[in-house]
Amino acid sequence: MNTVNLTCIGCPLGCQIEVLMDDDKNIRLITGNTCPRGEKYARKEVTAPTRIVTSSVRVYGSRQGERMVSLKTASDIPKEKIMDVIRDLRGVSVPCPVRIGDVLLHNIAGTGVDMIATKDVD
Amino acid sequence: MERTEYNLIIIGGGPAGLAAAVAAYDAGERSILILERETRLGGILNQCIHNGFGLHTFQEELTGPEYAQRFIDKVLERGIEYKLDTMVMSIGQGEDGSKEVMAVNEADGLLLLKARALILAMGCRERSRGALNIPGFRPAGIFSAGTAQRLVNIEGYLPGRRVVILGSGDIGLIMARRMTLEGAKVLVCAELMPYSGGLKRNIVQCLDDFGIPLKLSHTVVRIEGKERVEGVVIAQVGPDRKPIPGTEEHYDCDTLLLSVGLLPENELTIGLGAEISRITNGPVVNESLETSVPGVFAAGNVLHVHDLVDYVSEEAHLAGERAAEYITACKDAMCAPPEKEKQIPVAFSGGIRYTVPCTIDPDKIGDWLKIRFRVGDVMTQRKVVLCLDSEPVLVKKRRVMAPGEMEELVLTRKVLAAHPDLSSIEIRIEEDKA
Repeated sequence: MNTVNLTCIGCPLGCQIEVLMDDDKNIRLITGNTCPRGEKYARKEVTAPTRIVTSSVRVYGSRQGERMVSLKTASDIPKEKIMDVIRDLRGVSVPCPVRIGDVLLHNIAGTGVDMIATKDVD
Repeated sequence: MERTEYNLIIIGGGPAGLAAAVAAYDAGERSILILERETRLGGILNQCIHNGFGLHTFQEELTGPEYAQRFIDKVLERGIEYKLDTMVMSIGQGEDGSKEVMAVNEADGLLLLKARALILAMGCRERSRGALNIPGFRPAGIFSAGTAQRLVNIEGYLPGRRVVILGSGDIGLIMARRMTLEGAKVLVCAELMPYSGGLKRNIVQCLDDFGIPLKLSHTVVRIEGKERVEGVVIAQVGPDRKPIPGTEEHYDCDTLLLSVGLLPENELTIGLGAEISRITNGPVVNESLETSVPGVFAAGNVLHVHDLVDYVSEEAHLAGERAAEYITACKDAMCAPPEKEKQIPVAFSGGIRYTVPCTIDPDKIGDWLKIRFRVGDVMTQRKVVLCLDSEPVLVKKRRVMAPGEMEELVLTRKVLAAHPDLSSIEIRIEEDKA
């Protein structure tokens, strides 16, 4: 058995939720939440937490003199892959122009998810 | 000859200015100019590359630049005029009631512009180290969180490698994660208050995800280093917010980020002579978001600091519509004829710090009006009661309210209709015993 402590992000109350898990990673007990949203959040966070990762990489050839373009994972990736995604972005430089939604890198860090631009840069 | 007269000039091309311009255009106004001091439209959103914007407006989670582009596209589709790289130096009133704007840029030099109405959308800026009275030298390595955000996301520089953050406002939290992802080590985030001013989501996803400790009721008491920051000493504070001797902890670091609050940027507004609220540091406005100077409207962070851009856009939409109505009322004159006003002050109690708007003319409310406010302390199990002529007309239960999260009440025309000779409006927070 082990306990995972979480802060619920559902509302400003920020309930401190305790999740009791057995050795096979099955959820045995969720306490501390004060509404069903808290339970749902805790379940997702302890079984398969995911995040959108945002960052920025260099651009070259910008007429506007821009140095960076921002980008994000096109969808959620597993939380434990965040640093792998960031590692794959190191040293990346992309040519202008860039449009919002352009795929800048395919299948980042083997997640099956693309990195797409979040800014127009000319 | 460059055009110098417009019906509406909007100062600031960030989220508030863009939304106001679009709303004014859609209300029929065609003579609009946006003045923006940066090299592109979008304002602060351009450097807010994290996601979470637009959930209310677009029902999706956008990053800052994506959210901005949605509104920039609307401005471009409508062919609304704008000038970039243009700094407004002062605003004032002419003898004919026109609004005068003095601005400068490289292409036009000094610009003297005239308008029937203005919308103030200058946003806010960060409270600086000078406002905090931290003793010590002035070494390099002390940045506001927003400056660091700009350096990393726009300029492509990492401003430091070992970082302490003072203040747990959302920008500080976002930068804790951003600096970590870019290879810096964020040692601690210290917050003077016993609670964080940031969103719970940011505490979890920007600090907890990366094992960065948040120390509540802590502050920086010393900054070490002469040329460059070499270390920072933080100490616990008591209920009086004064450091407790003996609780000092030293951190070896090269960078201190400050995320200690935002201040509406109202030098122009003060120069104009509009009344300023001492609580929000923004102009005092009525239900139309019109300042004490008729024909001058305000929206967004220049009015009061928001947590969510969606609410900025919504607020600015109202300002844009009302500015367009004002211009229509001007007819051929440079200002609208003065009207008999029936402004009722919005009274409040029970821990509310301020409301926007500050006064309401019941005859000028559309189908509904949102009254936004903030509380001064964390409160649980409360109800917000809206009273018209001392009669409770609306009760909203709130399990928790915090200074970091803006609250709102919706006053509808239907509710108002039952009080034709209204003379008082009050919002109270009461304990909810049920």
